[in-house]
Order: sequence, then C-alpha cells, then structure tokens
Amino acid sequence: MVQSMTRVSTPPPVRSEPKIKLPWPLSIYQTAVGKKWVMGLTGAALLGFIVVHMIGNLHLYEGPLEIHEYAETLRDLGTKLLPRTWLLWIMRIGLIIAFALHIHSAYSLSRMSLAADQRYPGGRNYIAANFASRTMRWTGPIIGLYLFYHLADLTWGWFNPDFVRGDPYHNVSESLSSIPVAILYIVANTALAVHIFHGTWSMFQSLGVNSPRYNHLRRYLAAGLAGIILVGNLSFPIFVQAGVIDDNGRSVVEELQQNSAAEGEDH
Amino acid sequence: MSAEINLTLKVWRQAGPSAEGRFVTYEADGISTDASFLEMLDIVNERLIEAGDEPIVFESDCREGICGTCGLMINGQAHGPQKGTATCQLHMRSFSDGDHIVIEPWRATSFPVLRDLAVDRRAMDAIIGAGGYISVNTGAAPDANLTPVPKETADTAFDAAACIGCGACVAACPNSAAQLFTAAKVQHLNLLPQGQAQRWARTEAMVETMEAFFGSCTNHGECEEACPKEIPIDFIAWTNRDYIKAKVKNRKLAG
Repeated sequence: MVQSMTRVSTPPPVRSEPKIKLPWPLSIYQTAVGKKWVMGLTGAALLGFIVVHMIGNLHLYEGPLEIHEYAETLRDLGTKLLPRTWLLWIMRIGLIIAFALHIHSAYSLSRMSLAADQRYPGGRNYIAANFASRTMRWTGPIIGLYLFYHLADLTWGWFNPDFVRGDPYHNVSESLSSIPVAILYIVANTALAVHIFHGTWSMFQSLGVNSPRYNHLRRYLAAGLAGIILVGNLSFPIFVQAGVIDDNGRSVVEELQQNSAAEGEDH
Repeated sequence: MSAEINLTLKVWRQAGPSAEGRFVTYEADGISTDASFLEMLDIVNERLIEAGDEPIVFESDCREGICGTCGLMINGQAHGPQKGTATCQLHMRSFSDGDHIVIEPWRATSFPVLRDLAVDRRAMDAIIGAGGYISVNTGAAPDANLTPVPKETADTAFDAAACIGCGACVAACPNSAAQLFTAAKVQHLNLLPQGQAQRWARTEAMVETMEAFFGSCTNHGECEEACPKEIPIDFIAWTNRDYIKAKVKNRKLAG
C-alpha cells in the first residue's frame, strides 16, 4: 500500500518569506510571534522608565533646588565605575533602542494584520475588545509625537525662550503655564495611560506569562499602573496651572550658578 | 412556547470568488421560534426555489455543534448573539418579531468567499498539515492507562481539543488572526505525553504556517467570546511561550 501525502492547496499567503534570512537569534524577530515578544519586552522596559520618570518628577513638589539635585544625581549615577553621565547615556541608548524596536514591530505587525483583515460591510459588534485595545494604533503615534515635543520643549529647549539648562523646575513652570501646552500634556498623558492599560495586560499574553492562579491579577496591575501614571503625570500641568509649581520667572539654579561663579572670581 | 415571528434578512449574495458581492433583503415571515438559525435559512431557501430564485449558499453538516462546518456572521457577531454555541445551535427564539438580521460570511483575506455565505477555509487545513498530529505506529490499541496523564492535564488538553475548527476566532478578530485556532491545535497535543516527541517541531511549523496566512494577535480577546467551544486565550499565551522555546531548542537540537 502506498501512502500518499498531498500538500493542502490554499489561497495565496498574505505574508511572504523574508528576503534575507537573518542569523539566529535575529531570525526570531522576523516572525510575528517573535515581534510580539520584542514588543512585550521593549514595552516592559519603556513602562519601567515611565514609572521611574513619573516618580522622579515628584521632586518638583519639593522645590527647585531639590529637583535640580535629583537631576544631577542621575548624571552622577555610576561615577565610581564610569566617567560622569556614562551610565545615564547607556540607559538612554537602551531606551532609544527599545523605543525604535517597539515602533518598528508595531508598524510591521499592523501592516501584516491590515493585509490579512477584511472589513464587514454590514458592521461588526465588539464584545471583548475595549476602547484601549482598539485605539493602540492611535494612542501609540500620539505618544510618539508628544515625546518629540516633550524632548524639544524640556530637554533641548527649542520652544521655550526662557529655557535654562539644568533647571527643570523653572523650565516646567515656564512651559506648562501656557494653556495650550498644558492641554497638550493632559491629552498626551491620557493617551499614554490608555496605551499602558492595554499594553500591560497584553504584554503578559505576548510573553506567555500566564498562570491560571494569577491571571486575574494582570487586569488589576494594568489598571493600577495606568491609573498611577495618569494621576502622577496629569498632576504636573494641573498644579502648574493652579500656581502650586511657579517660580515667577526667576531661575533659582541660574542664580546659584552665577553666585558660585562670582565667588570663584572673588577668591 | 412556540411562536411564529416575521423577520427581515439582509443576506450577503455573491455569485463566485471573483464576483462582486452585495446585500439582498429578504422577508422571512412565519418562522417558528423553535427553528434553528440554519433551519430558518432552509425555509427561506425553499421559498426562493419555489419562486424560481437561486437559493442562498451556506455550509452546514452535523447541525449539533460538533463538526465546525457552519459559521455565519450574524448581526456583526460570529455565530450570532448566543455565547458558546455554533450557528446551528442558535435558535430563532433568540430573536423577536420584526427583527432585522444581517448575515455575512466569515471575512479574512485567507478566507475568500466561494459563494454567498460559504468561504474557503483551507488555510486552516494548512496549519493542521504543518504539525497538528502525532506520529505513532498504528496497530493494536495500546493498553488503557499505559501512559499516565494527570487529571488536570487531561482536562486542560481536552478544553483545547474541543476546537471544531469553524474559523469563528478568525472571523471575530479585528486582525484576522488565527491565534486561538492554532493555539488550541498546538496545545491539546503539547500538553499531553503523547505530543512531547514532536512538541517543538510542531509549535514552530504550525505557528509559522499560521503567520503566512493570518494577521497578528493584539490580545483583544474577541476570539474567546466568539468561540462556540469557549476556548480560553490562555492557550495563546502558552503557545507564544512554546514558540520561543522551540526557536531555542530546535536550533540546539539541529546543532
């Protein structure tokens, strides 16, 4: 008896084999599930940064000198082992790579899904999908554009005529006292919280972190993190507008630096 | 209590795979609430044939929810409004008199419409062909309990094995991903001792075949809601984990 094996004839595939097969482990990134892994891992890294960034920014409520000191401490990290600001730059480069991979995997997986999906002319009902999960492809680009503005505004000082390098308190209070900027920060950080709400939960699924005993906690964690980020990050524009964070246009750090420079001349 | 209801159906009609499709409205009067959804379509078809029209093409076989042949998008929901049932198990008592019902075929690029409400689901067969089996010598049936399987493992594997391959998960997914189908078919074998020999080869081959035809999972969870067997998306997470393990192990074994 002859056993015959015939391959199933199918409709044409929606996704073609990659033209260049990368060596292992980079080849994992050439698959969709591998890209989801990278998206989950980079998402976790970015989420970690966002949480630490928000908590660090709470030094604003201590005063101008305290947050200046906090910023300097970040630059001093690891100075016993490495030249000053090196460890900070290593972390920054890590974040830039994570951000780039997060965007690239999202872009290429979205393209794959759009090619595979067909619309229902009669409409469809969503039962499980929530607002957050359905708007990931919108909240993502909003966060990306906002991040560019945020860096240009508070790191590079392009949009702020009174920008003083090294005085976050002054820069934040100058920048966020403008109503349109405050609204932009509120909208973008709301989008960030919505993105985190789905992303945190989704991350566990993509990375295969799933254990029936603890699964119910994943939603609480997602909601908790999104809530904490939302409250923390929205507090800054709101309290600047309310006048709690306000240095009346004078930069304490700049004065401090001028004083110490003057003292240096005296001696 | 049995009653009769009058319905207005908006049905997708399409003469062939490359033909232009459109919605056609039919009045379905005097439908018994005891009729199943497919029996309702049978009644409509008999009337169409009597009137000299082409009947609506749809697929069905067992009509008791175990074969996976039927599958319709009813009012934008795969297998209709009732949870945990296939289209054939949906009865007209779920609808009320005067309802408008929109009936569409499953839609995905890899599910081309053959005619009206029937779609080509061979892309799913390709996923099974890639590794949805175990290789054993045939012959006399092995002794019962020759291979011990813990009760919990057997139960979980059976939850996955309940998949009837209807394609509702793909139809309901906003990304047209076949992740739930593939995960169920991978995990019901991966969980059991009999499936271990080919575990890593199977996971890699089936997931990569799936990726050639279907979209990428974004964890909406729509598939779980649409599934007539209520298969949980936990299997997707376990398959994602197995896939990365497979990528490492297959390489190690291949040297």
